Amino acid sequence: MLTISRELVDKIIAHAWADHPDEACGVIAGPAGSDRPERFIPMENAERSPTFYRFDSMEQFRVWREMDDRDEEPVVVYHSHTATEAYPSRTDVSYASEPGAHYVLVSTADPDNVQFRSFRIVDGVITEEDVRIVGG
Amino acid sequence: MAIEVRIPTILRTYTDGAKSVNADGATLSALIGDLEARHPGIKARLVDESGLRRFVNVYLNDEDVRFLGGLDTPVSDGDTVTVLPAVAGGGR
Repeated sequence: MLTISRELVDKIIAHAWADHPDEACGVIAGPAGSDRPERFIPMENAERSPTFYRFDSMEQFRVWREMDDRDEEPVVVYHSHTATEAYPSRTDVSYASEPGAHYVLVSTADPDNVQFRSFRIVDGVITEEDVRIVGG
Repeated sequence: MAIEVRIPTILRTYTDGAKSVNADGATLSALIGDLEARHPGIKARLVDESGLRRFVNVYLNDEDVRFLGGLDTPVSDGDTVTVLPAVAGGGR
């Protein structure tokens, strides 16, 4: 299960809308081993594409080093789908590289029904999990 | 002296869980060869026939090696090489 604050959920959805129709992406860092998403880090989508995202390699390097220095890890890796449902695509699964992370997907395909869902992606296997939104 | 190679979580199965290991070589390509001798299997996760795998980022100190000389980039004692899998995906 992913437990996340209302404030962070709102920030992820706002980022998804800001970049729509391109895919938005980012990370929420938290203390290593805590499973608590705390620090919101919107990332640039280097692909600037409605169907693909990729973190800019230098931005990723800086952010990953900063997390290391602060003894944090990427608790959540999020991105948006802007024309399809909030479910990991084959592309998402093949590039999933953080087995410890919650993969959050937001869909902005239907403005009246924004989806926010969370998954584990380990060794090519997708497992959806409950999302518990706290606070606010 | 040696070159420190920082290993991402997903590749630590090859390094007995170590976050960072040492290796030697005059170029990134030679370094990866030495890494393979010490941690069999890891090379195939970093390179394929055409060179560095597209969704693996390798940095020499603070620079992406794609902006340097790729696999031919010279490396020397005291350098740090960092491997990070690209974070990527998409709706289609």
